[in-house]
Amino acid sequence: MDFQSCVNIQKEWDIVGARQLGRDRAKSIGFGTVDQARIATAISELARNIYLYAGTGKICFETIDEMSQKGIRIIATDNGPGIRDISQVMEDGYSTSGGLGAGLPGVKRLMDQFDIVSNPGKGTEIKTIKWLR
Amino acid sequence: MRIPILKLHNYLLISIQIDLDDQTAIQFQEDLLSKIHQSGATGVVIDLTSVDIIDSFIAKVLGDVVTMSDLMGAKVVLTGIQPAVAMTLIDLGIHMQDVRTALDLEQGLIKLRQELEE
Repeated sequence: MDFQSCVNIQKEWDIVGARQLGRDRAKSIGFGTVDQARIATAISELARNIYLYAGTGKICFETIDEMSQKGIRIIATDNGPGIRDISQVMEDGYSTSGGLGAGLPGVKRLMDQFDIVSNPGKGTEIKTIKWLR
Repeated sequence: MRIPILKLHNYLLISIQIDLDDQTAIQFQEDLLSKIHQSGATGVVIDLTSVDIIDSFIAKVLGDVVTMSDLMGAKVVLTGIQPAVAMTLIDLGIHMQDVRTALDLEQGLIKLRQELEE
């Protein structure tokens, strides 16, 4: 595992900052343009969720460089209200904000691995990985 | 930040060349609708050639502005959607089926002219 870099999500513009940083990191790992777009879009969805539902939080990027495979790990953490029913937010079209409800299920499809841990009242942590093929 | 909207005869032309943040996208929605109102334009081309990310929020804003413009009587064509953007949108589950699209600005203008002359 390589060094970690983080972006704090506090204002709307940080969503753009996070996805630009993530895209640069993905590019330097060697991802092609389509996967760079997938990774940047996933980051954008995660960052917007933090901004909309938790107010503040952070997104961290790690380069994974193991014997057999390389990839990028994105960790989104916040201390917001948490998610009471995770299966509900993973349903396509479910939204409490008037959005398209494409966010989390979309992120899961854009990436290869997706883990979510949420404690109501304490916050949410989402870890997701895209492998370089 | 404001996205420039150009008028050409009875068309409005927009080329989005920046990484869109939420506020700019919302501002663009308002600007385009008031420009349609002022100019009486009947066709709009929004060129997305330089856009390399469309997330669910931006997709919603774009889809909404197409519907809103339709309500006002102006037809909108989205042009130049990049391969990576098209693939990402489908992964997100966003199909934009009711939206007119064309390969590039030129094709977009041809499509508008055909639709408006019908």
